[in-house]
Amino acid sequence: MYKVLVSEQLVPNIHLLNIEAAEIAKKALIGQFVVVMVDEVGERIPLSLADWDVEEGTVTLVVMQVGTSTRKLAALKSGDYILSIAGPSGLPSHLEKFGTVACIGGCYGIGAIIPIARSLKSLGNEVISIIEARSKNLLYWQDKLQQVSDELILATGDGSSGYKGWAYDPLKEMLERGKKIDIVFAHGCTFMMRLISEATRSFGVKTLVVLNPIMVDGTGMCGVCRVSVGGETKFACVDGPEFDGHKVDWDLLMARRTIYLEEEIRSLQRYECQQWYFETAKAMKAKV
Amino acid sequence: MEEKKTKARVRMREQDPLERARNFMEVPCGYTPDEAIEEANRCLTCLKPACRNGCPVEVDIPSFIKLIKDGKFIEAAWKVKEKNALPAVCGRVCPQEIQCESLCILGKKGEPVAVGNLERFAADYEAEKGGIKVPEKPKATGRKIAIIGSGPGGLTCASDLIKSGHRVTLFEALHKPGGVLVYGIPEFRLPKVIVEREVEYIKKLGVELRLNTVIGKLYTVDELLNEQGYDACFIVTGAGLPIFMGIPGENLNGIYSANEFLTRANLMKAYLFPEYDTPIKRGKKVAVFGGGNVAMDSARVALRLGAENVYLIYRRSEAEMPARKAEVHHAHEEGIEFVFLTNPTRFIDDDKGNVCGIECIKMELGEPDASGRRKPIPIKGSEFQIEIDVAIPALGTRANPLLTKTMTDLELNKRGYIAAEEGTGMTSKPGVFAGGDIVTGSATVILAMGAGRKAANAINEYLKWKYWDVSNLPKS
Repeated sequence: MYKVLVSEQLVPNIHLLNIEAAEIAKKALIGQFVVVMVDEVGERIPLSLADWDVEEGTVTLVVMQVGTSTRKLAALKSGDYILSIAGPSGLPSHLEKFGTVACIGGCYGIGAIIPIARSLKSLGNEVISIIEARSKNLLYWQDKLQQVSDELILATGDGSSGYKGWAYDPLKEMLERGKKIDIVFAHGCTFMMRLISEATRSFGVKTLVVLNPIMVDGTGMCGVCRVSVGGETKFACVDGPEFDGHKVDWDLLMARRTIYLEEEIRSLQRYECQQWYFETAKAMKAKV
Repeated sequence: MEEKKTKARVRMREQDPLERARNFMEVPCGYTPDEAIEEANRCLTCLKPACRNGCPVEVDIPSFIKLIKDGKFIEAAWKVKEKNALPAVCGRVCPQEIQCESLCILGKKGEPVAVGNLERFAADYEAEKGGIKVPEKPKATGRKIAIIGSGPGGLTCASDLIKSGHRVTLFEALHKPGGVLVYGIPEFRLPKVIVEREVEYIKKLGVELRLNTVIGKLYTVDELLNEQGYDACFIVTGAGLPIFMGIPGENLNGIYSANEFLTRANLMKAYLFPEYDTPIKRGKKVAVFGGGNVAMDSARVALRLGAENVYLIYRRSEAEMPARKAEVHHAHEEGIEFVFLTNPTRFIDDDKGNVCGIECIKMELGEPDASGRRKPIPIKGSEFQIEIDVAIPALGTRANPLLTKTMTDLELNKRGYIAAEEGTGMTSKPGVFAGGDIVTGSATVILAMGAGRKAANAINEYLKWKYWDVSNLPKS
């Protein structure tokens, strides 16, 4: 069992969990993830490591609520326990002095891009960070990211803060303007990573993306996370999760991510109903 | 000597095929005490029992059967446990027909004694009556041993070494111990409460169990040996890397490796979705490829998930199938449709990323190949299509490189399996032993247990002498 030390909502739907996991913190490398199972009846889901602290013996996860498992995680309070966390898994990112780098984060990826930006900065790169959200109240950790970036660009779909548009818009503009960018790291939803990869392709700027297929064991045992990269089948959990965005078969990844859409909806509806029932029963009891 | 007519063996009652094909409850019901005594009485208590030679962990078969004859069921279980830490598992999943029972003298004229059924009876009886006895703790040696993988080989090795007085830690990557016993073999062949019970016993012996610990990621073997003070290490991680067929359309939705399908169903209990959170596709028409036990298990799970048709597609004929006869028989009874001498050539897409059919080609058998089985050859122009919505390739597994990749000083063979000396499990790296599927490739539960036993003996020897001679390693 793993103790939750801090649980807080960063912005609507996005949650931070700081968890006691000393061994994982000691071994974690940038770009790696953990496989989490909330409770006895839970499923195993992969989550990127957003941060870790060797001295405190903790790891930090940024969780976006999209279904039953992430809803369950977000409902945990400080002092609660998580049944199992396995990792660190996956290959670490290869980071070095590239020159000028763009670090791009969206939704839960804003958290996970920070260790990458921090390391790239300390290696002497010029770091341009771009984060996106639908609206300004969904952006978080601008200050943290600012500290490890030479330039921070915000992009909001409704234009309520920073650039009106999505992360690929300012990136594309920069490249069109002739700004030299040596490498791009993108972490976020599949759609965003795909658009970023499309935006950089014609400029020949190497683009690394952190793929997010469905996983079960996370140790290469089952192959559910298989993706096609450069025409070859790879297992994202052991060969990735980071891959060259220009070589990824995005259509396949997007199709495979929807395998259980119906089941996920059913599961979430059931969970919500149960929660509603428990809450109502509790409230009734309190009244009586 | 006058030839006595041998009595037929006592049949074990089973759930009705049509009923059981829709539930996950165990198929055979087990013996009653009377049935067990009746069956035990068939045993001739040979002076030179051959059956014992057929057991990879050398269970004293005549002695425990004698105890059953005398009605001392709990004592019978203790007798088995002297040699076998997992009797309730072995009684259920061992291929006794090619092991102990194949050497039973009664088998020459009639049916051999049902050793497996009796072993299962004794173990279940002991657990039910709460007669579990933990042997006295041996004198501590102060030595520490790391066992990587908590499958049948790891569990056996751990229980042997703890009895020698060492401190034993069992490392497991998943959240539940048991390896293939929990993620691979389905509930209806091996109820998971039984695995839990046997693992509990091994914990009671004093073995420390570390779950969610992926060796190769969280720790390397070198760290275990050099920093954490382990004196020896036994790698028994299995061969858990699925083989796909390499035919077009293999990444379509609805195509599972057998490992994924069974892990979801068994370990994650997806058959209880949505009470359990892990989903699984409940196909109406399911194709399973392969002819081994894993293919049988996958087909029978798919059926229990509500499939109308389950096709078991195998490129050779029934005679060449490597699966246990009993399992093939069960699958037949439950209504699995066998399609022999057929191979898939491509998966057909419904334009939304889902599989909706397969194209197959008919095969004919040619000359025997290196494995001694007749090689299937495609018949030109015999392609045909089958409508399906779920496909499960169960073509076997290879060595998972997750751990071995982190050990540059460990010799592997060409196919990625660990090179280890037969009989001891000694590898090219001092202090490191290996056994089970990661050495031999996919094999059986009892062979992995045998490898665990041998490694435990070898580790005991090694701890005495610290002697390392790699000249007997198989050449790759």
